[in-house]
Amino acid sequence: MAELITAWTSPDRAVALPVAVAIPLLACCGVLLLRHRPIAREAASVACGLALAGMVLALWPVAGQGLRFELWTWLPGLSLEFALEPLGLMFASVAAVLWPVTTIYAAGYLRAAQEPALARFFAFFALTIASAMWIALSANLITLLIGYELMTLATWPLVAHHGDAKARRGSRIYVAVLLATSIGLLLPAIVVTWVLAGSTDFRPGGLLAGQAGTGVLTLLFPLYLFGIGKAALMPVHRWLPAAMVAPAPVSALLHAVAVVKAGVFTVLKVAVYVFGLDTLRDSGAAEPMTWVAAFTLIAAAIVAIRSDDLKRRLAYSTVSQLAYIVLATTLAHEVAVAGGALHMVTHAVGKITLFLCAGAVAVAAGRTRVSELDGLGRAMPWTFAAFLTATVSIIGLPPTGGTWSKWLMLLGSAEAGQVVPMLVLLVGSLLAVAYLMPIAVRAFLRPPAGPPAHGDAPLVMTGPLVLTAIGCVALFFGADVVLAPLAATLELP
Amino acid sequence: MTGQLPVLQVAAPLLCAPLCVLLRSRTVAWLLFLVASLASLTCAALLAVRVDRSGTLRYAMGDWQAPYGIEFVVNGFNTPVLLLVSLSAVVVAVYSRRSVAGELAPRRVPLLYACLCLTLAGLLGLAITGDVFNAFVFLEISSLSTYTLIAMGRRRQALLAAFRYLVIGSVGAVFVLIGIGLAYAVTGTLNMGDLAQRVTGGHDNRSLQAAVVLVFVGLAVKMAVFPLHAWLPAAYAEAPSAVSTFIAATGTKVAIYVFCRFAFTVFGATLVFGAMPVGRIGLLLAALGILLGSAAACFQDDLRYLLAWSSVAQVGYIVAGVSLATTAGVSAAYLHMIMHSVTKAALFATAGLLLLRLGTVRLAALAGVGRRMPWTFAAFVVAGLGLVGVPPTAGFVSKWALVTALVEQGQWLVLAAMLSGSLLAVFYVGRVVEVAWFREPTADAEPAAAPASMVTAIWFLVLLSVSFGFDASLPAHLADAAASALLGNGGG
Repeated sequence: MAELITAWTSPDRAVALPVAVAIPLLACCGVLLLRHRPIAREAASVACGLALAGMVLALWPVAGQGLRFELWTWLPGLSLEFALEPLGLMFASVAAVLWPVTTIYAAGYLRAAQEPALARFFAFFALTIASAMWIALSANLITLLIGYELMTLATWPLVAHHGDAKARRGSRIYVAVLLATSIGLLLPAIVVTWVLAGSTDFRPGGLLAGQAGTGVLTLLFPLYLFGIGKAALMPVHRWLPAAMVAPAPVSALLHAVAVVKAGVFTVLKVAVYVFGLDTLRDSGAAEPMTWVAAFTLIAAAIVAIRSDDLKRRLAYSTVSQLAYIVLATTLAHEVAVAGGALHMVTHAVGKITLFLCAGAVAVAAGRTRVSELDGLGRAMPWTFAAFLTATVSIIGLPPTGGTWSKWLMLLGSAEAGQVVPMLVLLVGSLLAVAYLMPIAVRAFLRPPAGPPAHGDAPLVMTGPLVLTAIGCVALFFGADVVLAPLAATLELP
Repeated sequence: MTGQLPVLQVAAPLLCAPLCVLLRSRTVAWLLFLVASLASLTCAALLAVRVDRSGTLRYAMGDWQAPYGIEFVVNGFNTPVLLLVSLSAVVVAVYSRRSVAGELAPRRVPLLYACLCLTLAGLLGLAITGDVFNAFVFLEISSLSTYTLIAMGRRRQALLAAFRYLVIGSVGAVFVLIGIGLAYAVTGTLNMGDLAQRVTGGHDNRSLQAAVVLVFVGLAVKMAVFPLHAWLPAAYAEAPSAVSTFIAATGTKVAIYVFCRFAFTVFGATLVFGAMPVGRIGLLLAALGILLGSAAACFQDDLRYLLAWSSVAQVGYIVAGVSLATTAGVSAAYLHMIMHSVTKAALFATAGLLLLRLGTVRLAALAGVGRRMPWTFAAFVVAGLGLVGVPPTAGFVSKWALVTALVEQGQWLVLAAMLSGSLLAVFYVGRVVEVAWFREPTADAEPAAAPASMVTAIWFLVLLSVSFGFDASLPAHLADAAASALLGNGGG
């Protein structure tokens, strides 16, 4: 026992890292074994979720110690290895904490919506979280790629869950875009990196620093950014709206948190540990991509304003907010990158709240369009209060976590002397006001079309979404705690 | 006893073949094939260990010393092939018992096993021999028995497929024979090591160059390199399931090995890839094969034709690696040979099981099959992802190696073709998966239970492929040893 405790966070063989991946896998097996006993099945899922969340949060004190765990050598010279560093821990914590919350919600939602095949749903849900943990903890690009592809495949049955023609079409686009970009662009980018640097390890200061000329870097960077299709840069963002055919908990946890955050997380990792921020800044390799991200940010926001379907509007809002993080990364300035990393957390908590609310509205009121929401705030006060809080966080106003992430990104772009990107960031926030605020305003201020025929959603659904809304506010006060390990790594002033 | 291992390797299946015919019992014939393949696997494993420890093994047939007698040579370059062929045979033996019973008339079953023994003997002999004419003989043994096996398919189209393969394959064999004859005329020897020594210096000799062209064109037919692949789709798709599993795993792979053996250790890389443009032609044909094979697979309505066309594309991947003529390229080609062999065998075996239970493997008839037979179809999905090359499957390991080898040589166009091929594979595998998992089932009749032996064989292959995906050190070690044996020219 004593040996296990020392091994738990020993620098070279930190058992905690593979265990973090194993817990959701265990949950997956547990769900399959208990598939005929619904209560036990979901209890197992939630228990594993709580265990994982507690375990990952307990790793925060040792975030900066560079814990490693080598699984095995995969090919000569290439090994599957886990390592703990601040960015990965942020991503892992977000996914781990929101997983049990969403599982409780999903149990309520799927019953209320009378969805079929719940055991399959929870099993693949757990598998997706396992792949998210794998991605967050990978120590090199190969390990990361394995988790990345696994995640695409594990979410496929979830997107196609309904099984009707529309779900099939959506899932087809989803898988095709994500696999095509990762095999067609990301894999060659990784191979080129390997040939150039002789390694695929994430290295502080950048693996490619001093290994390649400006021309190669300028070509390689877009290959990575478009190859990481999960970061949803235009024109490879099409999978995200297509994935909205999935049930609400999937949209919430996967397409607002795990999957898209895996994308921007990979972008951040590649920029910081493969290229190196200094190399990116000095070579100007990231500059063309700044404009792609800026375009995505504005264009997606405009599409969001013009969408009447609630989930579609939220999907395009996600595309726009992801572009914030990519834009901040391409500025290659430490403060902006820290802001991007923090936005990964604050946007996750905010967007999951919005999607959970959208699901609650769809189940309780049967409404999916923005124009149908007039006056619903009175019938569903908890849901729409949470919605409003999350809206404020996505826009980036106090007292919510989004304030700090947007502030840091603006500050970073100002310090880097990038005026146009800074303006883009500001305009993006204004557009966010335009596409998110009207929803809450309609719900609370417009008179309802008829007398209220229903109350708020059941407690198993409102509970989780109120919790995540409280999370949005908590992040306002706790942002410095979240950023502390990363700030030490990036040597922020 | 252990000194006789190289000849036992081939003799065991060769002796079992006539016994199968003479004893005329289905069970005995099956047992004989199982014993023959287990014996070959044991020999192959023992030989691989010995070669790994002490280097090249030579065996003079009948104690007639080379270059006058026929010589068997075991070295790093053929141990992976011997292992692959005999392991496939064991798996097919386990798989075939129930599969054959469901597809063939009882009186034909012993004949099928006799032919399988002969094919096994032919392929193993082809892999182990160190004599060019002997190689031709074994090529014919394996080919003739394969034609017969394909003709045993349960549909009448099988006869046509077998006849087509017979005509094209015989033309190819004649090319090989003429090429070998020319080489003999120029050098006066048939021993591979001896030939290699006498060829050096004669690079301007037109007859020798003609010999190279003829041998390689002939082998290209057997390898199913585009555009000489026309026999393959129907042959694989119409053969009995056990047969298509076996030849999909081994047939083209052994031919590719023979190509490598001739190119690097008989004619020599300086002649083949330096003085003659075989490398460039190989890369071009490989790229075209990958693209057209994958594209054709996308348009198939029958699962087995789809898999067969995908094989045409996969041969392109292997040929591309070989044509680079670098250590990394050849090693990657060997790796892909191993990985694809395991993966494709698993896929054809699954298709065979589906055929047995549903009576057809047309895509339209597969709607909702994934829900009715989740385990069988899960095997198909895992193996199918291996075709695409998604990590962490075996296909990803070899694709990684191939892509690295191509990037090192700056072959960007071939790289583009290879990646497009993978994307097309996403499409054709995805199509099957979607039909089987996400469509509502049409037929309401519950299919019969799957025979445990077939399921075991399938899952053995699938798990092998996944374990290679997670830890590729064993196949990578074999492939590296093969590449260094071939390019180091140490084999002779």
